[in-house]
Amino acid sequence: MALIEVRDIHKHFGAHMVFNNLALEVEEHQVVCLIGPSGCGKSTLLRCINGLDDIDGGEICISGDRVTGPGVDVNALRREVGIVFQSYNLFPHMTVLENVMLAPTRVLRQDRAEAEAGAMALLTRIGLEHKAKEYPDRLSGGQQQRVAIVRALAMGPRVMLLDEITSALDPELVAEVLNIVRDLAAEGMTLLLATHEMGFAREVASKICFLCDGVVLEEGPPAEIFGAPRQERTRAFLRRIIEAGRL
Amino acid sequence: MRLAIASLVVAGLVVAASWVTLVKLNEALTTLGQAGSVSTVLLLLVGLAALYLMLPAWRCLRTARGARAALAGGDLVEARVRTASARTLGWITFGYAAAQALLFLMVEFLIANDLAVSRTFFLLPLIESSFFLILRAFWINIYIFLISEVLVLIWGLVVALARLAPGPAGRPIRMIATFYVDVFRGLPAIINIYLIGFGIPLTGLPFVKDFSQQSFAILALTLTNGAYVAEVYRAGIESIHWSQTAAARSLGLSHMQTLRYVIIPQGVRQIIPPLLNNFIGLQKDTALVNVIGTIDAFNQSIIVASNHFNLSAVTTVAGLFILITIPQARLVDKMIARDRRRMRVGTS
Repeated sequence: MALIEVRDIHKHFGAHMVFNNLALEVEEHQVVCLIGPSGCGKSTLLRCINGLDDIDGGEICISGDRVTGPGVDVNALRREVGIVFQSYNLFPHMTVLENVMLAPTRVLRQDRAEAEAGAMALLTRIGLEHKAKEYPDRLSGGQQQRVAIVRALAMGPRVMLLDEITSALDPELVAEVLNIVRDLAAEGMTLLLATHEMGFAREVASKICFLCDGVVLEEGPPAEIFGAPRQERTRAFLRRIIEAGRL
Repeated sequence: MRLAIASLVVAGLVVAASWVTLVKLNEALTTLGQAGSVSTVLLLLVGLAALYLMLPAWRCLRTARGARAALAGGDLVEARVRTASARTLGWITFGYAAAQALLFLMVEFLIANDLAVSRTFFLLPLIESSFFLILRAFWINIYIFLISEVLVLIWGLVVALARLAPGPAGRPIRMIATFYVDVFRGLPAIINIYLIGFGIPLTGLPFVKDFSQQSFAILALTLTNGAYVAEVYRAGIESIHWSQTAAARSLGLSHMQTLRYVIIPQGVRQIIPPLLNNFIGLQKDTALVNVIGTIDAFNQSIIVASNHFNLSAVTTVAGLFILITIPQARLVDKMIARDRRRMRVGTS
């Protein structure tokens, strides 16, 4: 059984159809990359899996449990599923350490010492332990995004959703963030990421999904999608990426 | 050159007018029997200070002359520089002349009609004799203000949270909170105080009817200002970008936890200036409690005023209100400036 199962979901914003019978599976320890033209619903899909957005039909299951529709404890779901956003979304009125400790102390009810030890261990891992007492606006974009990743990891999620986490970064800061993702993948963390970093996707992904027109138009291992795409739309998309010098 | 002459003429006129006013003031003081060597020296000093206006006008004229000479000598650059500084000096003269004219007009107003204005509003002996009586009554205003402000801060937040209650279950709560805000924002504070202050005792409700007048005043002011402050809170909470809520909820925090730890702490920082503005308004509203007969500073001063047929005691109250407001107004300015600086840092 797959860890995440997206079964034939529908969603529309007014007349605009976002998902039209979209189906997707993510196995445990897999790294799945969502690619596709902007506006194709990559971010929306991640938000639906996390319960931040509703779907109009179909269902989403995480390790067999339905997490959409009525009667679902979204707060419990979110403990299992971490998400990192494009714009970091750190809490600006809290220090880095407080950002990381907030959910463990308030949601998991860890005592402060335990939560602080956990947070410091995570911050040490990403080399930002010396920034623990700083406020987010004193950090670079790359550092903020690394803290945001760690903040989600502090909840001990079974799967991480990464929503174009390097899109807002200056180019020279992208690597420090991708290195962390690479480490997570190597440790066997289940990852589902929406990304425009095609080179990175090709390197770490176990599976690439090309989203277009509300469905997963084509999926397969990176070598296949980047090397010999079957669908004309996929080929056109990749051609534009290559023209832009991004692959 | 024309500007220079004009500024000299204006300055001369204003100075002359100032002297006329000062002479009149001296006469008025003499009739009052207050004139003495001290007041004469003071008036002379003021008269000399008024002369200071001639200085920029005179320098303007000299610079303009210099400009002419330079032009005649063929030094175009020097002429242009001097013309520019002469013009600046001319406008400086006009600016100060206008301010000085206004100042002396005010003095004229005070001594007009045989000192009628000063006598009505600023009768020093009466101000002195009633000052401590008024000051003691002013404590009632401060007391009402302090208690209601604390209550307003709490009550306003409760109403704001009710207006933001989520989901279909929150709908009736939202509706009733909106209704409350609509009613009490529209209801003039003075009518509210009147209705509660006189109405509740008349109802004979057990327990509540025995509250003191001041408690009714506090209740009425809290209800009225609570509606305003609820809107201020709501604006602050809604000014926090949705992505903050998304981040907090995605970590598993509940709606209330998100508000408490993430949204409200940020929202409150945004609304400190408008909240302080509301404090000042509430402070002034405490003078309205006189309609239900509470002996606050205003009511006390009205009693003094009708006993002596003179409004000087009311002036004292006005002065006291202004006095406690100014530091707060400066504080608001400072906080707005600090906020702006911080935001600029944030965007860079």
